[in-house]
Amino acid sequence: MSNQVKTLAVAGAVAAALTAYSTTTVNAQAQEKCYGVSLAGENGCAAGPGTSCAGTSTVDYQGNAWTLVEAGTCADIELPAMADGSEREGSLEALDRDLPA
Amino acid sequence: MTDQTEFTAALLDPSMALPAGLLDPKGLPTPKRFAVYRNNVAVSLTDALEAAFPVIYKLVGPDFFRAMAGIYLRQHPPKTPMMMFYGQDMPAFLQQFEPAQKIGYLPDIAQLELAIRQSYHAADSSAIAPDVLQNMPPDQLMTARLSLAPSMQMVTSPWPIHAIWQVNMSSGAPKPQMQAEEVLITRPEYDPQVALLPPGAATFITALRTKSFGEAFSDAAELTPDFDLTITLGALLAGGAITNIIET
Repeated sequence: MSNQVKTLAVAGAVAAALTAYSTTTVNAQAQEKCYGVSLAGENGCAAGPGTSCAGTSTVDYQGNAWTLVEAGTCADIELPAMADGSEREGSLEALDRDLPA
Repeated sequence: MTDQTEFTAALLDPSMALPAGLLDPKGLPTPKRFAVYRNNVAVSLTDALEAAFPVIYKLVGPDFFRAMAGIYLRQHPPKTPMMMFYGQDMPAFLQQFEPAQKIGYLPDIAQLELAIRQSYHAADSSAIAPDVLQNMPPDQLMTARLSLAPSMQMVTSPWPIHAIWQVNMSSGAPKPQMQAEEVLITRPEYDPQVALLPPGAATFITALRTKSFGEAFSDAAELTPDFDLTITLGALLAGGAITNIIET
């Protein structure tokens, strides 16, 4: 490939990547932390050992454990009802329900 | 008084005698108390490895993992008091660990899990606005140098490590197909994101660290004639991995 052909190829690729980037940013949902919806041990975090968060929730739907979800969907996630029959909902802030004993 | 070398050695080797000078309040030697301490060290480091390598844990199962961790932690005890990077030697360890030889991709999966953790703990950085790239004339871009985010990591493997990782970390992921894979890890928001790169992208991104954009592109296109720069750039932009463009 001559340098000119390369420059053209690069220019085309950059333009295409930027177009793809701007359309996905418009369409892609921002994410937010949703508390009280993750199953035991599956809460979001990639920190690994020596931290207090990596998959350390010990009960299902633990109120102070979070998972990233699409913005605006947190409270709509379907969860089983609480033991007393009341509804269980996700929250954008840490909850005091379903905490490990 | 016993020195720390002897104490540390005895801590990790149950066949060694109680270090001299360890006495209980009555002035008697304390083999039982030392045994409790020994056990706690081994168990807590095993737990740390379990938190560090969730996919390895799933792939080999709890019994294999804990037995393997027991050997690993004695060969590679922590070098610093901080646990966040414990397990750095796991890929090399798995490479020569006899019982793991049948699963050839284990060392590369361990490398991927380490890279995700490194990305998580890396320094913050802010990505360039995409229009900086847009407004730069192509000729200038060819000679420009890109700075990459400290949280950006790459792992390449002759195995489908991205697919194997995915199938173990998220439900409904497709079955891995046998192929070499290049994986990009970025941290656009709170948590590291793991993305599959097109073939040749790793050559390109590695070259970006030492060469101009144009030279890096030539390197990749030479090795991989159908190298896809669009997808590669898209992954870097989406991951917020480009932090600066320096004109030369």
